[in-house]
Amino acid sequence: MVQLSLPKNSVPTEGKTFKAEGAKRVKRFRIYRWSPDDSQNPRIDTYEVDLDKCGPMVLDALIKIKNEIDQTLTFRRSCREGICGSCAMNIDGANTLACTKGIDEIGGDVKIYPLPHMPVVKDLVPDLTNFYAQHAYVQPWLQTKGEEPKKEWTQSPADREKLDGLYECILCACCSTSCPSYWWNGDRYLGPAALLQAYRWLADSRDQQTNERLDRLEDPFKLYRCHTIMNCAKACPKGLNPAKAIAEIKQMMVDRA
Amino acid sequence: MAETRQAARPLSPHLQIYRFTITMAMSIIHRITGVGLYAGTLLLAAWLLSVAMGPDAYATFQSVAGSWLGQLILFGFTWALLHHLFSGIRYLMWDNIRAFELRQADFISWGAAVLGFAATIIVWIVAFKLRGVL
Repeated sequence: MVQLSLPKNSVPTEGKTFKAEGAKRVKRFRIYRWSPDDSQNPRIDTYEVDLDKCGPMVLDALIKIKNEIDQTLTFRRSCREGICGSCAMNIDGANTLACTKGIDEIGGDVKIYPLPHMPVVKDLVPDLTNFYAQHAYVQPWLQTKGEEPKKEWTQSPADREKLDGLYECILCACCSTSCPSYWWNGDRYLGPAALLQAYRWLADSRDQQTNERLDRLEDPFKLYRCHTIMNCAKACPKGLNPAKAIAEIKQMMVDRA
Repeated sequence: MAETRQAARPLSPHLQIYRFTITMAMSIIHRITGVGLYAGTLLLAAWLLSVAMGPDAYATFQSVAGSWLGQLILFGFTWALLHHLFSGIRYLMWDNIRAFELRQADFISWGAAVLGFAATIIVWIVAFKLRGVL
């Protein structure tokens, strides 16, 4: 349901400030903090970072803060080159990957929150259990009927090209958690990431369960909560367009009726 | 770790922190104007009802509609209708899998917002001209 304001236990308060003494080029990072180990509300801590002693990306600053200023700061990260999707978070009012977002792209203080409208495990780490369950729901694997071919399931280059812009998803959850429809109905609406993957298999010439796949999506909430708000496509750090993929699924529903 | 106490997980901020985009704004305005049109249609029905009830009732309706508040509501109704119309055309395009590139989506959204407002102004200028007020 639509709940515009945050629950009482989720409203952030002003936290601590960590000064960067003697630094010339200072950037302030305002970071959402919450720990399960006390019963405090979330807070916004402020870290001053010396840009002369920091790498160019937001993730560089987060790692520097954790290494040199405050070891309790918690976030996910791995590849630091935009392929693992671990460091997805809300930076400067939009979801993106900390590792591919340049600090110099942001004017003023760098505001960092966990992915929006998610249960927080700690600091910038959201609980993605439901998100992964939705991905599993669309059965993201090749499904065929009849006899297995002697070698592999073949596909023409032209049919393979239809999967470009679909298969590159890294499941970072930037898109789904940017979507107001997903905020209000995330328990029943599958969200842009899962639906992009659903279409990736609907569009695959080798897959033979198209009708069954569409049956699993035919529901007022699972598919049709998409109102083309376009936040998903704007947030995707891989430049994919889940909104368009969802429109394609809606079209397939019409075509088969 | 059996003794670890877990506080209830907070919900991360959403609407409070997300930077508004034109497509996001247009979506919510489309919904709001849609709801407004329900009320507007009731006004339209009331107007027809007053015609059916006779000259006295019609005169009463006209005087209310002609007051500054009535005019303001009518102006809002006109805008809601025209905005919803142009905004709705975007959805027709999107349902036909057109204009999904980010620049196109932003362009038709700004376009619908501007057209809806401009058309409202034009309708009212024409209406005042016809009544000889302007």
